[in-house]
Amino acid sequence: MSVLVFVEGLNGEIKKSSLEAATYGSQVAQAMGTSATAVAIGDVNEAALAKLGEQGISKVLYDSDDRLKQFVADAYVKVIAKAAQQESAKVLVFSNSNIGAAVGSKLAVRLNGSLATNVTELPKMDGGNFIVTRGVFSGKAFADVNLTSDVKIIAVKKNSTDIVSNAGNTATVEKLSADLADADFAAAPKETVMQDTSSGVLLQEAEIVVSGGRGMKGPENWHLIEELAKELGAATACSKPVSDIGWRPHHEHVGQTGITVSPNLYIAAGISGAIQHLAGVNSSKVIVVINKDPEAPFFKAADYGIVGDALEVLPKLIEAAKALDK
Amino acid sequence: MKILVCISNVPDTTSKINFTGDNKEFDKNGVQFVINPWDEYALTRAIELKEAKGGSVTVLNVGEADAEPNIRKALAIGADDAIRVNAHPKDAYFVAQQITAIAKEGGYDMILMGKESIDYNGFQVHNMVGEMMGIPSVTPAFKLDMVDDSTARLEREIEGGKEVVEVKLPFVASAQQPMCEPRIPNMRGIMTARTKPLKVVEPAGAEAKSEYVHYSKPEKKSGVKMIDAENAGEVIKLLRNEAKVL
Ligand SMILES: Cc1cc2nc3c(=O)[nH]c(=O)nc-3n(C[C@H](O)[C@H](O)[C@H](O)COP(=O)(O)OP(=O)(O)OC[C@H]3O[C@@H](n4cnc5c(N)ncnc54)[C@H](O)[C@@H]3O)c2cc1C
Ligand SMILES: Cc1cc2nc3c(=O)[nH]c(=O)nc-3n(C[C@H](O)[C@H](O)[C@H](O)COP(=O)(O)OP(=O)(O)OC[C@H]3O[C@@H](n4cnc5c(N)ncnc54)[C@H](O)[C@@H]3O)c2cc1C
Repeated sequence: MSVLVFVEGLNGEIKKSSLEAATYGSQVAQAMGTSATAVAIGDVNEAALAKLGEQGISKVLYDSDDRLKQFVADAYVKVIAKAAQQESAKVLVFSNSNIGAAVGSKLAVRLNGSLATNVTELPKMDGGNFIVTRGVFSGKAFADVNLTSDVKIIAVKKNSTDIVSNAGNTATVEKLSADLADADFAAAPKETVMQDTSSGVLLQEAEIVVSGGRGMKGPENWHLIEELAKELGAATACSKPVSDIGWRPHHEHVGQTGITVSPNLYIAAGISGAIQHLAGVNSSKVIVVINKDPEAPFFKAADYGIVGDALEVLPKLIEAAKALDK
Repeated sequence: MKILVCISNVPDTTSKINFTGDNKEFDKNGVQFVINPWDEYALTRAIELKEAKGGSVTVLNVGEADAEPNIRKALAIGADDAIRVNAHPKDAYFVAQQITAIAKEGGYDMILMGKESIDYNGFQVHNMVGEMMGIPSVTPAFKLDMVDDSTARLEREIEGGKEVVEVKLPFVASAQQPMCEPRIPNMRGIMTARTKPLKVVEPAGAEAKSEYVHYSKPEKKSGVKMIDAENAGEVIKLLRNEAKVL
């Protein structure tokens, strides 16, 4: 019996969200009196794998099949199912990413397990129950869910686990081969195109997000958003109308019908704070709102507010950010 | 082409969310229900494909009779017929099994869903159905076109990029924007929807794999601290020294 964590790589490194999943999985293992194993697939350096010991992982299973460098659901599921069987895993932990949730859903069917996505806290285990807390109603509530099957699958919400790093601890790395056939790659993507993120920070993984709305007046003013983002090491985002009019690309749109983010800091400039926008950002730890209208609804959800013209306020923030010692 | 579109009946995006019975149940009192916004993308794209290629669009909901106004709305937008599996949807696994049972029987070429329900935020039913049926599931997709009569080309979002995928029919996909511009019903649609067939079927034997035991709401913010626009740079210092997020 063990806990199995699925780890995703990007450009050779382990994604931050996977380090969170590894930390979460290790903590579950500890509470259950067992050990945590990670299964790594895809674009990740073998050197980075041993370092997962810092998050409390004792063993890493690695499938180095080159075809797995890009995401192919059927193949990934086969590899993880093999690892789960080998480790007699009773709890499987994923990051609640597009890949993690997809693979987790398929494994729930294949392993006949209970799945909870968007999980924000460690499980409470007592009296045969296994209860996790997950975000529901688009950030407006939490639900406690008892996972009743023998196998439990958890997809952990990004930025809800503080990564533990015990320097010096290393995990053993073992090869894993799931004997993949060509048929497992039948639905492989024809092409993968990565975005050119202006700040170099992935929105879904970002700890800080600088976001602009219609109050920014036009795309010609977005250099202010980008400059502040660059100074803070942040990703950039926008409201829905901004991407609808084409000032910014759709993959930057956050909210109910866009991307959900939960960074440590969300800075909103010229965004009114409509409920559908808030749904995508309301679990941010700290929110700063810049709006020229003191009655803008966003101020009710903010921790810090500035009433003023964003085009005048943002340069002041950029200047102050430049003055910070980093 | 036979297309099945699965729609979920969810509280309107502006609803205040409350719970009853010792916080064990969602309080539907005074809540307006709508078609899950993402499912509207799936529905409209299905109708567009039907208009271009011929065929039919069937909408499917797993839920109780109170979902029927929104099922009728989907018919008014342009679906041809509807099926409601008459059951209290207990969890995603249960819903996926019901959809699978209907899909297997109907022999659909394409099963379209929304990316995620805005109430239970599962982001899972589509992949479960794909796995249960043994066919590809492409999620979340923001572009869907037919290459030829048996192949579709989709673009799906991955963190930090996109993938272009070509799949043979049948397949499952979930929709998100900007797949299309969701349609709203017109007067003629509303009139014809009244007479379009809505079949109510009893659920297939299926078990849920989770129990919702308790709900809670996030803690309220302690209030906003206002900073004078003239000294706006102060906020950066506060973020470092007080909020400790920089
Ligand atoms: C089903 C549905 C789903 C939706 N999903 C989303 C979603 O996912 N994401 C989303 O963002 N929206 C979504 N919306 C739209 C949402 O309701 C709002 O219309 C939208 O968020 C408003 O965007 P905005 O704040 O940029 O623009 P506006 O509402 O136009 O607000 C602009 C704000 O900028 C301020 N302003 C103007 N000039 C300045 C200036 N010079 N300096 C500072 N402030 C200034 C104004 O006071 C105002 O508050 C959805 C709507 C529906 C119905
Ligand atoms: C405790 C509890 C109480 C519930 N009570 C109700 C209720 O009273 N009324 C009610 O209608 N639902 C109810 N639901 C069901 C809920 O709306 C979902 O159908 C189900 O939980 C799946 O949600 P999800 O977030 O995992 O779906 P996701 O995986 O996020 O959904 C993805 C897509 O699957 C499709 N889909 C999801 N659910 C359905 C469905 N039911 N029918 C057809 N297609 C669907 C949609 O296309 C959706 O966009 C309840 C769920 C729970 C857990």
